[in-house]
Amino acid sequence: MSLDSLTLLTIVLMALATYATRAGGLWLASRLALSERAEAWLDYIPGAILVSIVAPVVLTAGLAEALAALAVILVASRTGNLPIAMVTGVLAVLLLRTLV
Amino acid sequence: MTDETAVTFTWRGALEGAKRCLPIEISGFAIGLVFGVLAGQAGLSVAESVLMSALVYSGAAQFIVLGLWAAPLPVLGIVLTTLVVGLRHLLMGAALSPFFSKLGRLKAYGSVYFMADENWALTMSEFSKGRRDAAFLLGGGVAMFLSWTTSTLIGRTVGGALLDPERWGLDFAFTAVFLALLVGMWRGRSDLLPWAVAALVAVAAHQWLPGQWYILLGGLAGSLAGAVRRES
Repeated sequence: MSLDSLTLLTIVLMALATYATRAGGLWLASRLALSERAEAWLDYIPGAILVSIVAPVVLTAGLAEALAALAVILVASRTGNLPIAMVTGVLAVLLLRTLV
Repeated sequence: MTDETAVTFTWRGALEGAKRCLPIEISGFAIGLVFGVLAGQAGLSVAESVLMSALVYSGAAQFIVLGLWAAPLPVLGIVLTTLVVGLRHLLMGAALSPFFSKLGRLKAYGSVYFMADENWALTMSEFSKGRRDAAFLLGGGVAMFLSWTTSTLIGRTVGGALLDPERWGLDFAFTAVFLALLVGMWRGRSDLLPWAVAALVAVAAHQWLPGQWYILLGGLAGSLAGAVRRES
């Protein structure tokens, strides 16, 4: 169990940087009196962030990923069941990667 | 999104969060194993690897900085990279604020320590369905935290010949989870423009910019497009 002091310092600074970003948005947004416009903006953030996370994988990674994504969307909209949709995606991508 | 419903913070909500995040805890466990293995290869000791997973608790940041980990340690570069990778949290925290600003300080600022993309997304999806138990975020986050730190420890100590997530399709697990959540969040045609803008900007930024800027930029562009369109 060794701990190098420079490594430790780096990890602690990383932790502070990450926590600052985790707390900062909440802190700022709850401090400002939000206009209706700002509330509309907050309302659109979750969808826009999730789309941004998945779009490069779904649209540019390849045919297997695109088709697996389609399978996930189909299963999720039919069942509304998150674990089932996830397993479908994993199995579909596994299978499709061997095929395409 | 002004609502009169009181925001609660209960054990039941926390347990529900831990339960609903189970698929993510499992796939996160596999990713944590890989992180442990790579951390060892980058020269981090067992204690250092686990400490990083516990204190930083951000898969994206941790994997990226391993690529920078070399003697002499580029401390400033590593910390700045971590900051940039975390910037998306600012947006996520802002989206939580209509609900979390109604909680006490300790609950709100303690909970966001455990805010990761996945439990945040599930929490927002709960809120969008009208449920108002904010402990959902903490419950899911603590469970994912335990999975992440334990798997880092196992990956770092047992190491080596474990698994390659890509070989098992597990790298796609997170994409699948986010897609399924998106399906539930779809409110109709009003989401089309912000989502299309987000996708376009994210793909372009992913192509041309390093690291994780694409999430922040796509999220900003998409949500602003939605807000501006609602004006007119």
